[in-house]
Amino acid sequence: MTANNYSGLCIGVTGLNANDNPGPGVAVIRALKEGLGTGLRIIGLSYESLEPGIYMRDMVDKTYSIPYPTEGTAALFERLTYINDKEQLNFIIPNFDAELHNFIKLAPQLQQIGIRTFLPSIEQLMIRDKVNLYDFGQKNGFHVPADHKLYAAGDVQKATEELGFPLVVKGKFYEAYIAHNKEAAIKAFNQLATTWGYPVIAQQYIKGTEINIAALGDGDGNNISIVPMRKLYITDKGKAWAGVTIEDAALIALADQFAKATKWRGGYELEIMRDADDKLFILEINPRFPAWIYLTAAAGQNQPLALVKMAFGEKLTRFEEYQAGKLFIRHSWDQVVDIADFQRISALGEL
Amino acid sequence: MKLKKNIATSENGFIFNPATGDSFSGNAMASEILLAMKNGDTEAQIKQQLLQKYEVSATQLNRDWEDWIVQLKEANLLEAAIYDSK
Repeated sequence: MTANNYSGLCIGVTGLNANDNPGPGVAVIRALKEGLGTGLRIIGLSYESLEPGIYMRDMVDKTYSIPYPTEGTAALFERLTYINDKEQLNFIIPNFDAELHNFIKLAPQLQQIGIRTFLPSIEQLMIRDKVNLYDFGQKNGFHVPADHKLYAAGDVQKATEELGFPLVVKGKFYEAYIAHNKEAAIKAFNQLATTWGYPVIAQQYIKGTEINIAALGDGDGNNISIVPMRKLYITDKGKAWAGVTIEDAALIALADQFAKATKWRGGYELEIMRDADDKLFILEINPRFPAWIYLTAAAGQNQPLALVKMAFGEKLTRFEEYQAGKLFIRHSWDQVVDIADFQRISALGEL
Repeated sequence: MKLKKNIATSENGFIFNPATGDSFSGNAMASEILLAMKNGDTEAQIKQQLLQKYEVSATQLNRDWEDWIVQLKEANLLEAAIYDSK
């Protein structure tokens, strides 16, 4: 496929929940639109009727609801087949951790009906899972905070004895709380177990500077793009509300070490804490683009665009430069929509 | 020791360290000294320029210079060795 042909693509994107704990979908679409121009057709794939991206008509041409990941691959494939019959999708970019397993499993079937993906393997997905992260770090020479898996409230006691306070208590997929005493840790455990299931992860607290790295692996042990970002404003949910691109050879080397160790295929994000001794701890590895991914495009390395090109077989040379000192400052915006639109996506699953 | 090579400064005294993402606001004097440091002027040269331009004693200037260097070090804006006074 030539560069010109990319403009006629129809791409499905999930993660339209541009809220205070934002999914990456809208940022991915913004980067794609910037890279591929007006001929691009974007199909939103939503889970809930109040995902703001559904109603962003300048970003999303049409949205279809899709079944929750717990409904399994058969239900998802049936729905995607229906959507494909109407829209002739060329490519899908899933943006939620929790849905990736199903999309990876379905990748060969999707390919058969003409829909490409560019995703890691199930093994790659599992190796960086929060539950396995510490062992992964030990095995591959990464600094990862010590952790303890919690399956019952009674496990909190042992975790606090081992890891002390403050203690980071994390949900299996999303959310984390910093607990300063046992009562707070148990409360966080109960809340996260109810929302995201077991295990809940108790992680050693590392004090330092929070840095995230957005990167794109080619599946052969190399990164095509790496852009590090220092968080400048952090919400009470720990999300970056503002950040700035930074240049640091140690961060680039860390991402390259990760790509080499895993042969990662697709977008990913390393969540890093740099401590007072300049040691880089990996707190989490997200197996998809982060919500701030548009900053990579703004800084000169459009990772979603590169992902599309790689999926269509284009051999890309690694980006070597980006602009350090490029800031993003997120904001909230009240969209006003007609109740009829809400009814259509709620009742018919299409808008 | 010198100002780190990649430190970005502006005429209005804004300083950005692209390696860490830290940014600082300095006054007009800070801006002037940073510009001289970025140009590679030595400590002695910069002090001489300041003594000629402003009504300040050498003793006071030396005291302020020490404070200035401490602030730059704390902000992680200097290369590892001591600022070259030759």
